[in-house]
Amino acid sequence: MAMSMHLDVVSAEKELFSGVVSAVFAPAIMGDVGIYPRHTPLVTSLRPGELKIEIEGKEDQFLYVSGGILEVQPGVVTVLSDTAIRAEDLDEAKAMEAKQRAEEALKDKQGDFDAAKAQVELVRAAEQLRMIERMRKIRK
Amino acid sequence: MANEKEIRTQIASIKNTQKITKAMEMVAASKMRKAKDRMNATRPYASKMLNVIGHLANANTEYNHPFLLDREEVKRVGYIIISSDRGLCGGLNVNLFKAALKDMQEWQGKNIEIDFCLIGAKATQFFKKFSANIVSQVSQLGDEVHIEELIGTVKAMLDAYTDGKIDRLFLVENEFVNSMTQQPKVSPLLPLAAEDNDEMKHHWDYIYEPDAKTVLDGLLTRYAESIVYQGVVENVACEMSARMVAMKSASDNAGDLISDLELAYNKARQAAITQEISEIVGGAAAV
Repeated sequence: MAMSMHLDVVSAEKELFSGVVSAVFAPAIMGDVGIYPRHTPLVTSLRPGELKIEIEGKEDQFLYVSGGILEVQPGVVTVLSDTAIRAEDLDEAKAMEAKQRAEEALKDKQGDFDAAKAQVELVRAAEQLRMIERMRKIRK
Repeated sequence: MANEKEIRTQIASIKNTQKITKAMEMVAASKMRKAKDRMNATRPYASKMLNVIGHLANANTEYNHPFLLDREEVKRVGYIIISSDRGLCGGLNVNLFKAALKDMQEWQGKNIEIDFCLIGAKATQFFKKFSANIVSQVSQLGDEVHIEELIGTVKAMLDAYTDGKIDRLFLVENEFVNSMTQQPKVSPLLPLAAEDNDEMKHHWDYIYEPDAKTVLDGLLTRYAESIVYQGVVENVACEMSARMVAMKSASDNAGDLISDLELAYNKARQAAITQEISEIVGGAAAV
C-alpha cells in the first residue's frame, strides 16, 4: 500500500486544497520542511513562500502562501494559510507594481509608509515573482 | 379634488422611485448570492483552526496564553460591533445596536466601562452620539472584504486585552439565518472558551518551531481575527438580504400608491369630461 496522508490548505477567505497527498514541502519559519506520511506531530509558523504538494501519479502542485501555520498530525496535515492565492492566479504585473511601490517607499523614509511594512511587501512581491517564473518554466 | 395634471406628475415621480427600488432589489439579490458563497468559503478556515487549537489546548503545553485564561475580576469590557456602511437595509443596523445596548446595560449597571471597536460607517455614526470610548474604527470596506483590512482594527482590541486594559471582549454581529431573517447576536470572543475534553487528552505533544509561545500567539491572534472576519463577511450577506427585502416592500408599496393614484386620476378625468358634456348640452339648450 502506498503511503499517503490527508492535506488541507485553507485561508481565511476560502479553502484552497483538500485531498490525499504523498508529500508536502513547506517554507517553515526555521527553514523549509518536507512532510511525509507518519511524520511526528509538529506545529510551525510559515514564512511567505511556495508550498509544494506531491500527489501520487499526478503532477506536483504549487501554492503560494504569504505566511501561516502548518500543523502535522499522524495522517493529517493542515496548512492555515494567511492569504494564499493560487499560483496560476497570481498577477505578475501586480507583483511587480507592489515591489516597485515597496522599493520606492523604502527609499523615501519621509513618506507615511511604514518601513517595516514595506520590507514585508518587498519579500512578498519577490516571492510571488519567483513563483510565477517557476510556473512559466513548468508550462514550457 | 386634485387636478389631473397634478396627479399625473405624482404618478410619474412614484414610478421613477419604483424603478430605482426595483433595480436596488435586483442588485442586492445578486450581491447576496455572492456574499453567501463567500460566507460559506470562510467556514473551513475557522473550523480547522479550532481543531488545531483544541489539540494544542489538550496537548500537554506548559505555556498558558492570556487569551485562554478566564479573568475573574472584570474592570472594563470591550465590544466589537459589526455594522454595514450603507443604509436602506431595513432595521438591520438599528436592531443590532439595540441588542448591543441591551447587553451593555448589564455592565453599565455594575459601573464597568466599555471600550468600542466599530466596523462599518453606521456603527460609527450611531455610537459617536453616545460619546462612547472608541478604540478603533474601520469603514468603507466594500462588499468584498479582505482580512488585511481588518487586522489593524482587531489587533487594537486584542492588544488591549493582552495588556489587561479590558477583561472581556464581545462580538456583536448579525447572524444570517436565511435570506428573510437576520438575527443580531452578542457572543463572547475573549477569553476563548477552550473545551476540556478528557477523551481528547493526548499523551504526546507537538514539536514546536520555533517554540510553543510564538506558535500559539500566532495561532490565537489569527483565530480571533478570523472570527471577526467571518462576522464581517456574514454581515455583508445580511446587509444584502435585508436590503433586498426592504427594497421589495418599497417597490410593492410604490405599486399600491400608483394604483390608488391612477384610480383618482381616472375619476378626475371622468369628472372633467362629464362636466364638459353638461356644459355643452347646457349651452346647446340655451341656444
